[in-house]
Amino acid sequence: MEHYISLILKAIFVENMALAFFLGMCTFLAISKKIEAAAGLGIAVVVVLTITVPVNNLLYNTILREGALGWAGLPNVDLSFLGLITYIGVIAALIQIMEMVLDKYMPALYAALGVFLPLITVNCAILGASLFMVERDYTFSESVVYGFGAGVGWALAILALAGIREKLKYSDVPEGLRGLGITFITVGLMSLGFMSFSGISL
Amino acid sequence: MADASAKQVLFEPIFSNNPIALQILGICSALAVTTSMNVTLVMCMAVIAVTAFSNLAVSLVRTQIPGSIRIIVQMTIIASLVIVVDQVLKAYAYEISKQLSVFVGLIITNCIVMGRAEGFAMKNGPWLSFLDGVGNGMGYSVLLIFVAFFRELLGAGSLFGVSLMPVVNEGGWYIPNGLLLLPPSAFFIIGLAIWGLRTWKPEQVEEADFKMSRHTVKEAF
Repeated sequence: MEHYISLILKAIFVENMALAFFLGMCTFLAISKKIEAAAGLGIAVVVVLTITVPVNNLLYNTILREGALGWAGLPNVDLSFLGLITYIGVIAALIQIMEMVLDKYMPALYAALGVFLPLITVNCAILGASLFMVERDYTFSESVVYGFGAGVGWALAILALAGIREKLKYSDVPEGLRGLGITFITVGLMSLGFMSFSGISL
Repeated sequence: MADASAKQVLFEPIFSNNPIALQILGICSALAVTTSMNVTLVMCMAVIAVTAFSNLAVSLVRTQIPGSIRIIVQMTIIASLVIVVDQVLKAYAYEISKQLSVFVGLIITNCIVMGRAEGFAMKNGPWLSFLDGVGNGMGYSVLLIFVAFFRELLGAGSLFGVSLMPVVNEGGWYIPNGLLLLPPSAFFIIGLAIWGLRTWKPEQVEEADFKMSRHTVKEAF
């Protein structure tokens, strides 16, 4: 149990997807002007990550990994080079399915998340989490915890940035820095703040 | 943009319409790979190759793709190209591919590749699309190399791994600025680079949401 708690804290704070690894930056900067939009996107990312990382973990361990096809009588086959195309396929397909299911059974939630779901397909944080999961050799239960933690960390970061930007628009910023420039510098300062977690070993 | 000349398509993205500084595309993988020049150059070449050839391939089949499934077709083309790049790097530059770790794979979700395939290659012929891919790849590279130059020079006192300013630890005189090797510095450098670029080309400045009212002094009588 302790192991999982430390894993989730590490995924949220120490190895924050957005502020320590710069993943999902494009949507992070583009959709952070309003808090409501940021919250919707954040929740969508948490849900998608919690599902896709474990699914990709299962696929990797039962089909793609070297020697994983032993049960089918092919112990020498190594399909790991197909990893990238599999993960992105799984992500795109799962997002489509989620969209349809939500549309049918939870129209309220669908209306809230609607626009953001397709955007998530090209969010690097989703693919990044799957790739980190493979690189670090997580087990299935670890991958569930990691997927959830990584999503929460990303959502936290985008909410914080949206909060700052809502205040920032009232300030007098030098002309050339207005908009994108000052946002980059704000994110840099936030990232410095999150670095203070990095000394913590759990 | 249909009648744009080849030269314009190739060079416009570098400064006038830079993918990172203006279009907010492809920032995701841009920042983590800029601690040293070697790694950055390899990453840039990989991105140029992928954008150029994915634009070419998408443009070639653009009339055959049904609109409703175009995203997944583009994804498949891009993912296959990235797998090729990944395998080539693992075969010929294993050390660097280890340092790039997951970021080669993340070229798939690099918005530049998708954005250009969707925004340009679906509407233009193969040759122009190819040039557009190279141009946008170069616009990305210019900014990345700029960031990497400062980070490696000031953070480690070297360029391409060759020591230019001998650091104190090895008996030299330069005290390296460790902050520049950490992630936040990349944000500051890009922010300042955007400031510089927009001062040079004022038409890129964004409109302010609120105008400051003029500072006035009212005297009490």
